[in-house]
Amino acid sequence: MSKRLSVPKTYKLFVGGAFLRSESGRTYEVVSRKGEFLANAALASRKDARDAVKAAAGAVKGWSGATAYNRGQVLYRVAEVLEGRRAQFIDEISRQTGASATAAAAEVDEAIDRWVWYAGWCDKFAQVSGGANPVAGPYFDISVPEPTGVVAVVAPQDTALLGIVSAIAPALVAGNTVVVIASQPHPLSAISLAEVLATSDLPAGVVNVLTGSPAELAPWLASHPDVHALDLVGAGDLDWIDLQIAAAETLTRVLPPEQGPDAAAPSLQRITAFTEIKTVWHTKSLV
Amino acid sequence: MSRTDLQTLPERAMELLGGVPDDTTLRRYLHGLPGVDAVGLEQRAAGLGTRSIKTASKAWALDKIIELIDLTTLEGADTPGKVRSLVAKALNPDASDPTCPRVAAVCVYGDMVPYAVEALGAAHGDPDDKLVSVAAVATAFPSGRASLDVKLADTADAVANGADEIDMVIDRGAFLSGRYGVVFDQIARVKQACRRADGSYASLKVILETGELNTYDNVKRASWLAILAGGDFIKTSTGKVSPAATLPVTLLMLEVVRDWHRTTGERIGVKPAGGIRASKDAIKYLVAVAETVGEEWLQPHLFRFGASSLLNDVLLQRQKLTTGHYTGADYVTID
Amino acid sequence: MSFLEYAPAPESRSVLHLRDEYGLFIDGEFRPGSGESFATISPADESHIATVAAASDADVDAAVAAARRAYDRTWSRMSGRDRGKYLFRIARLVQERARELAVAESLDNGKPIKESRDVDVPLVAAWFFYYAGWADKLDHAGYGANPRALGVAGQVIPWNFPLLMLAWKVAPALAAGNTVVIKPAETTPLSALVFAEILQQADLPPGVVNIVTGAGATGAAIVRHPDVDKVAFTGSTGVGREIAKAVAGTPKKLTLELGGKAANIVFEDAPIDQAIEGIVNGIFFNQGHVCCAGSRLLVQESIHDDVVDRLKTRLSTLRLGDPLDKNTDIGAINSAEQLQRIRELSRIGEDEGAERWSADCAIPDKGFWFPPTIFTNVQASHRIARDEIFGPVLSVLTFRTPAEAIEKANNTPYGLSAGIWSDKGSRILAVADRLRAGVIWANTFNRFDPSSPFGGYKESGYGREGGRHGLLAYLKGAAA
Repeated sequence: MSKRLSVPKTYKLFVGGAFLRSESGRTYEVVSRKGEFLANAALASRKDARDAVKAAAGAVKGWSGATAYNRGQVLYRVAEVLEGRRAQFIDEISRQTGASATAAAAEVDEAIDRWVWYAGWCDKFAQVSGGANPVAGPYFDISVPEPTGVVAVVAPQDTALLGIVSAIAPALVAGNTVVVIASQPHPLSAISLAEVLATSDLPAGVVNVLTGSPAELAPWLASHPDVHALDLVGAGDLDWIDLQIAAAETLTRVLPPEQGPDAAAPSLQRITAFTEIKTVWHTKSLV
Repeated sequence: MSRTDLQTLPERAMELLGGVPDDTTLRRYLHGLPGVDAVGLEQRAAGLGTRSIKTASKAWALDKIIELIDLTTLEGADTPGKVRSLVAKALNPDASDPTCPRVAAVCVYGDMVPYAVEALGAAHGDPDDKLVSVAAVATAFPSGRASLDVKLADTADAVANGADEIDMVIDRGAFLSGRYGVVFDQIARVKQACRRADGSYASLKVILETGELNTYDNVKRASWLAILAGGDFIKTSTGKVSPAATLPVTLLMLEVVRDWHRTTGERIGVKPAGGIRASKDAIKYLVAVAETVGEEWLQPHLFRFGASSLLNDVLLQRQKLTTGHYTGADYVTID
Repeated sequence: MSFLEYAPAPESRSVLHLRDEYGLFIDGEFRPGSGESFATISPADESHIATVAAASDADVDAAVAAARRAYDRTWSRMSGRDRGKYLFRIARLVQERARELAVAESLDNGKPIKESRDVDVPLVAAWFFYYAGWADKLDHAGYGANPRALGVAGQVIPWNFPLLMLAWKVAPALAAGNTVVIKPAETTPLSALVFAEILQQADLPPGVVNIVTGAGATGAAIVRHPDVDKVAFTGSTGVGREIAKAVAGTPKKLTLELGGKAANIVFEDAPIDQAIEGIVNGIFFNQGHVCCAGSRLLVQESIHDDVVDRLKTRLSTLRLGDPLDKNTDIGAINSAEQLQRIRELSRIGEDEGAERWSADCAIPDKGFWFPPTIFTNVQASHRIARDEIFGPVLSVLTFRTPAEAIEKANNTPYGLSAGIWSDKGSRILAVADRLRAGVIWANTFNRFDPSSPFGGYKESGYGREGGRHGLLAYLKGAAA
């Protein structure tokens, strides 16, 4: 009795809501911890990065213009779909990182729960981060957090799923759009995550996933004027200071790298880091 | 149908304005009108859109929509052949159902009017009498960017060619820069150019191009201005700019027409044009009319749809009501 | 047939799967009550819908005990994350069964299906969604680190927005970690009982939410129960007073959401057509059975006649009739009792010298109905300017200056809500500053959102529902 022949998945970039090969045509081999061939992942080029930024910039108006309730609903839907694909993600993580089924399951469960935690912030973080200001004069004065725009992210490189989820979810909460460079050694879960995003009512361009070399791609994102914030959480092994210097040229807001198991831990600060506070004054008078 | 005595229009305008219709006087009047809260207006429009029109009401509505359509072709590539095809469709919208009502009018460029008149033949006449009239766009449609002389000549040509109705555009540049006097004057002069040798007048529809006016306050002011200056109909759009007709904008214009009637006793028509493609959307407009100015306005001399593809969607819905199942594009004809 | 008459467009009742008899929902299952069962009827035609159990003192005891057990053994030990997950499930199930819930609500309450479908039920889902997200973020609510729940919450809700009031009570209580015993109103138990089935589908641990149907005695038993840590009540100011007295001296925390006699202030520079819509929505939405209804129109004297004229014209297109018809704007009055009260106060209005005008509506033979009614020439000293009528009756008063408008608006023991209509932002904000009301709507009315706190000043009660502030009522250490 012969074993059933599998139909291996192709892993492409996710840009503007579509799955595309790199415009450079390049790929690289993704191997398991033991060195076995798993797949050819797209090796994204600077032009792919540029296209991703363009898609993300185009998606800001729609995503930031949606109600907070709607964003929360969409993000919760992502969690639902991710939950439905739990087994697939567990298997994929194990094959990439060599993790046991139990460890992989724990990672997937934590990723889903973390995503739910962030989804629930959409319609309430403004109440914690903003508010009325008691100015000394006849003015109505209110501060509200607004999304900064396009956030470029170098995802944690050491995990296949939890790192990228922890890095992109907080940016989305406030209405930002994202271009994320996945883990170079373990990029496959990032693309499977993109499949989840593509089927969860997330508008095209809100999240764009590039696989390939962070060292090659990050400098282009850092210096791009349409990138408003740069999250270097997974850039610890790069010349990240140079990236910060490049980002300074356009006053891009930068978050430095984090290492260790606590990297990109869920926090309100990860949300507010990608917001700008807008304060509005309005006169008040009866006569 | 046009307003009775053109002589009284300037007098009536001056009476209401309290002065000559120059920039200052018009500004004082128009900017003194109550404002429009956009959120509230859009909510009211959305509320009207929740009316559920079923069975007998729906059948009536579909026929009524057809009777109120100005079937339109306004392309650079229009030819006499195209116009003949449009007219044939206007007279016999549903090849499989001779009981289907006719549309109200065909709407073409001024130089195509003779072909429309010829093709209509004995069926050319007042839609109130179940005949089909010819409406012509004029005044450097759609942009309105030309001298007044050119616009008046454009109008006179169309009227001389036999147009029953003129759809003019206002000078949006003048409006947006506050030169209300210019806008007023142009409308009044175009109305005069609608006069025929026998002393009758072509009916004048004034296109505001609401998509370019941008705010509801502007639409409200332009609506009042157009009526003061002599328009018989206020019309939303040329259909060449997006957004064209929307339910909130049309609702707003119906409110103006309602208030004009309250103030003067006179009835002005409203024509939403462009962007209305689905029957269910057109039905919402009928509801808006009925619940804002009253059912009386659902007649060709007071309400029109400026549309082309809407007709076939209505026919498909009509066929579904009679046969009980959905039909498709192959079962309606091209115009 | 006139187009405006609109052919009937009935929402189908076939989406409902009602039982003939409902028991009490205690400890995760339906069980018989030991009180005397009662019928719930449709106020549109007085037809019988179902027989509903009544909870006796012993039943209330059992419900509170179930809530306490669930609190001690399960709910207080569960992570916020998991509590949130249950609330998310409930929100999703409400969305899935939205049509069914809307039909049940309109049938039992009498409100138009258009309202229950487009306003009530979507808000119910939204409320559960919103509070689901707070369950694991209480540290950030502004009440200190690791705030604790109160324990068992006893909740009594009114008949005007049955399922929405249930959501306003249950969602924050559960998010904050409490368990619940809740009593729906006697005339509107149906949607709560369908909701109990949703709780079962969500697999909510037994005893976390207990739904005990009954009348005033059941409510009193809940309020007085010694093992209830928190009491939340929405209803009349009269009953609210009694409850406040009953819990005095006990450790029970209390929040009350009571009556109102809101002023809808229309300045001469108001966007007129939208103001008319706002007035109509303010008092005729939900047949005026709204605590925050704009039941007093304070219109600037200079535009009074024009506004009243436009109002009357606008009312002529309101359709009164079968709540399940999708084109109905005005549904049935909820009960014979309420109808009697509305009639009585309207008669008083006429006796006091105000001028009465009603929309010309065809009133069905059966059921409880009252046409939209306007009283003009109302003075501040009239009873119909002070007493809450809780029906589709608008009292129209005038004012000359903003200061006078504010004075008249505030001249009431109530303080729940108010409306301000003007095109001038500085005036709106200054007037809002001075109005003694918990919710102020500017150029709009009757807008609700789970993130926006709602509640009253003065005799309209205390405590807020919705928003971050809505958690306050259900957490220990936070001043309530």
